[in-house]
Amino acid sequence: MHRWGMVIDLDKCTACQTCVVACLAENNIALIGPEESAKGRTIHWIELVPYIQGEYPHVKVRLIPRPCMHCDHPPCTKVCPVYATYLNEEGIVAQINYRCIGCRYCTTACPYTVKYFNWYEPRWPDEMRGALNRDVSIRTKGVVEKCTFCHHRLLKAREKAKAEGRDLLPEDYVPACVEACPSGAMYFGDLNDPFSTVSQLSRERRAFRLMEDLGTEPKVYYLSEGM
Amino acid sequence: MEKIKREEDAILFEPVERTGRSFYLTLSILIIVILWAVFAYQFQYREGLGVTGLARPIFWGVYITNFVFFIGISHAGTLISAILRLAKAEWRRSITRSAEVITVLVLFFGVGNILMDLGRPDRMLNIIKYSQFQSPLLWDVSSITVYLTASSIYLYLPLIPDIALLRDRNGKRRWFYRALALGWKGTERQHRLLEKAISFMAILVIPVAVSVHTVVSFVFAMTIQPMWHSAIFGPYFVAGAIFSGIAALIIAMNIIRKVYHLEEYLRPVHFNHLGILLLVMTLLWFYFTFTEYLTTYYGGEPIHMTIFWMKFTGRFAPYFWGMFLFCFVIPLPILSFKKTRTPLGTLIASISVIIGMWLERYVIVVPTLTNPRLPNEMVIYFPTWIEWSMFAGCVSFFILLYMIFTKLFPIVSIWEVREGREKSMIEVQERIKTYLPGIGVE
Repeated sequence: MHRWGMVIDLDKCTACQTCVVACLAENNIALIGPEESAKGRTIHWIELVPYIQGEYPHVKVRLIPRPCMHCDHPPCTKVCPVYATYLNEEGIVAQINYRCIGCRYCTTACPYTVKYFNWYEPRWPDEMRGALNRDVSIRTKGVVEKCTFCHHRLLKAREKAKAEGRDLLPEDYVPACVEACPSGAMYFGDLNDPFSTVSQLSRERRAFRLMEDLGTEPKVYYLSEGM
Repeated sequence: MEKIKREEDAILFEPVERTGRSFYLTLSILIIVILWAVFAYQFQYREGLGVTGLARPIFWGVYITNFVFFIGISHAGTLISAILRLAKAEWRRSITRSAEVITVLVLFFGVGNILMDLGRPDRMLNIIKYSQFQSPLLWDVSSITVYLTASSIYLYLPLIPDIALLRDRNGKRRWFYRALALGWKGTERQHRLLEKAISFMAILVIPVAVSVHTVVSFVFAMTIQPMWHSAIFGPYFVAGAIFSGIAALIIAMNIIRKVYHLEEYLRPVHFNHLGILLLVMTLLWFYFTFTEYLTTYYGGEPIHMTIFWMKFTGRFAPYFWGMFLFCFVIPLPILSFKKTRTPLGTLIASISVIIGMWLERYVIVVPTLTNPRLPNEMVIYFPTWIEWSMFAGCVSFFILLYMIFTKLFPIVSIWEVREGREKSMIEVQERIKTYLPGIGVE
């Protein structure tokens, strides 16, 4: 069984936000306009967050890309009253948009605040209508959404492999953000496979995870810079 | 003698039998507020929750505050009435009914606020279809359902003899009372069964009531969010609930007393006793609050301390210290002295407690969400007119239902008052004989 995970090398990351844009386009994320954005209602499945390390006067702030951590012990799935979010057998924290009742318990329980709510019906400028991705369902108002590691790509890759009569290869399935990263700072693959790139990188000395002390066991690893 | 007694109790039948103009006036004002809230809700339903002040990361606001607040108020009735009944406190007789009604009616608004808060209320039945019992929200659903059922039965049982009285008076709505009286004739056997059922329900309702507010607190305490993830939350919420519940009861009793001229039944002694109870809860509230914040302060974990200082000196200081003022500083001196534990004194203290407890819920919900662990854009939450309208609508709707109840059933339990007059004197004497040596025959 696969256990999908991601590694982000902060040494290579230039904080260019290509991953953010790629994700917006791939996953049909609604554009809400500057007014709503100022209220804090922007949706970004992956986002650059300022990560502050150390205390004054030795403070270091860096921008790090933050997708869903796809925790092995996700605090969000425990609190969902309707199984609209759950950890699937391949380690992806899935979100069923058409079952979600919009109670926003998972959004408050997630310590990484990676979950987003549709405060209004999702909208796009008319010119963009044709550009929506047909593989990703469009959410309605009042439901929660979040990064799925581009789960639809996995489904597609698996279908393709099946049609070609072969096993799924690691390079078949890559999320949009990893694919788009111009500096090659993002890696994706199977953490259960001891020889996969992500698996090897995750055991490197530079590897760390966000808020490891919470015991959430994220499957997104970071490689710290300048070591 | 018999004649005077009937005249005395006649005042208890009066609200049911006669309705004045001021009732209709109040009714229409309340209906206007409710219609306004309905309008606000349909606007929210059509547009989405974007019409509220909520945003990321402050996903919960006034609706959740109100949910906790209303469920808290509901602890007035059933719990207090059950405890007083079991303790055989004779002064309970004229106040239990008005307390129990609060519980049953206010629960609907607690649940209602959760439903208003849903992004997709049309899918709320998913909670039954796809129940995930690991979620504390499901514990709430189960616990509140049991509580609502038990409290309704507990309200209804002592109503039966009074309904029968109304049925026999040849007044209005006789078919209605006949159906509800369940053939009550007041025989010895019926009385015995009723007493048994009431005391059984009284015992049952206490653990259920405690569980309800405990699991309400678990909604917060089961997450790992700073200043929510606290073991003291269960008892803290239960104590807070009883605290606000007693305050709500005192306010309700004051209004009933004035409007229906029940000064003879709801006497200063009742307010004095309830005032002492409220005083105990004031101190208990302080004890819990003090313990909670002192533990956080000594732990000194940065993520907790950020929120701690936000409440003490930061943006939420006005709310936090407002809560302290209304929950402790104002009621404590009023309730400490017998001279001020009058109906009016306890009323002032109670209004203060109600405001303070609403602020407490707000100060629990919002500051934690304002400061998530990962750095975030600063978002400031202010409730919009929609949220305030719905709050006003809930309060008005509750008052409306309460008023209608007083028009259908006597708000002071007539048979229990009569029983107190006729039997209790001897009963209490007999009871005291069993307590002490040298009084009894043996």
